[in-house]
Amino acid sequence: MAKRDLRFYWKLFSSTFTLSAFTFGGGYVIIPLMRKKFVQQYHWLEEDEMLDLTAIAQSSPGPIAVNAAIIIGYRLAGMLGALVAIAGTVLPPLIILSVISLFYQAFRANQVVANVLRGMQAGVAAVIVDVTVTMGWGVAKEKNILSILMMAAAFVATYVFNVNVAFIVLACGLIGFLCFRQKKSGEVSK
Amino acid sequence: MIYLQLLWSFFQIGLFSFGGGYASMRLIQNQVVTLHHWLDMTQFADIITISQMTPGPVAINSATFVGTHIAGFWGSIVATIGCVIPSCIIVIALAKIYTKYRQLDAMQAILKGLRPAVVALIASAGLSILILSLWQGGAVSWSPASVDWICAAMFAAALFVLRKWKPNPIWVMVGCGVLGAIIFPFLG
Repeated sequence: MAKRDLRFYWKLFSSTFTLSAFTFGGGYVIIPLMRKKFVQQYHWLEEDEMLDLTAIAQSSPGPIAVNAAIIIGYRLAGMLGALVAIAGTVLPPLIILSVISLFYQAFRANQVVANVLRGMQAGVAAVIVDVTVTMGWGVAKEKNILSILMMAAAFVATYVFNVNVAFIVLACGLIGFLCFRQKKSGEVSK
Repeated sequence: MIYLQLLWSFFQIGLFSFGGGYASMRLIQNQVVTLHHWLDMTQFADIITISQMTPGPVAINSATFVGTHIAGFWGSIVATIGCVIPSCIIVIALAKIYTKYRQLDAMQAILKGLRPAVVALIASAGLSILILSLWQGGAVSWSPASVDWICAAMFAAALFVLRKWKPNPIWVMVGCGVLGAIIFPFLG
């Protein structure tokens, strides 16, 4: 087990910072890279433990990369470890976006930038539609009527009626807790 | 007070965004565009686009951008902290429950209920950005003259490429950006 001295914290900070600064593609990409770093390279965690931590990071709300950093930092060095890992993960996007925000007005007014953004918006829309189709198909394939109804109702609620997303999340989480849990324990008792 | 509003808004974004970055977009749009009018829809779409091209979670990127935009440097810090607090509490609480009981049964059931909602949220955010792209922020109407047909063609081509060859989405977006820079000066 690594020693919890200054050098340990520096190593934790610099590794989360580098992972966050160079990982494109969000939380699902950063977790395998964290595994490589913390399990295989530093031997701070066991393989099995990393799997459990990943499950917790993905089950919690909030950015997955931040959740993973919190749980790894906390597991290694308690609250201070968690704070150091959060700082390492949050600083790169904070710095990059601060710089972009400062120059945004001038940046947006540039005709070339405006053309690039206009083209990219069509691409971003395609990427999101692609993700929606893949995930929606995944839900539909389970042939669970309740899930499909919830998907349709949630869409109408947010898109047509502009219902606060928090209510939709709370309602669907509650339905999941009540319906999907009972079904599972029913299967077990058979 | 603006700092408290920022903190509370991004606290809610952190607390209710399950299922990763795409799902959090609708929540961010809800708070930042619909409720507080901190950004207009074009600025929001810019932030989503920029977030796809830079490292880091969409929620943190938006927190920094909106915070700076509304209340300068400290605004960005406050919004980012707000976004991270729920994670801190819930992740550590779940970790404690997990080490005690070795299972996350209730959490799995809740997540199963959230999956259809997540799809619906991603679909709504996607549709908003698609409409913005096809009508360029103008009024939506059925008249063919109001549609940006170049963007429509690029959207269709990008979607086809994504479905057929499943490339890394970053390259599709970069491709559309480069194409935009080349063809809009002549056609748009």
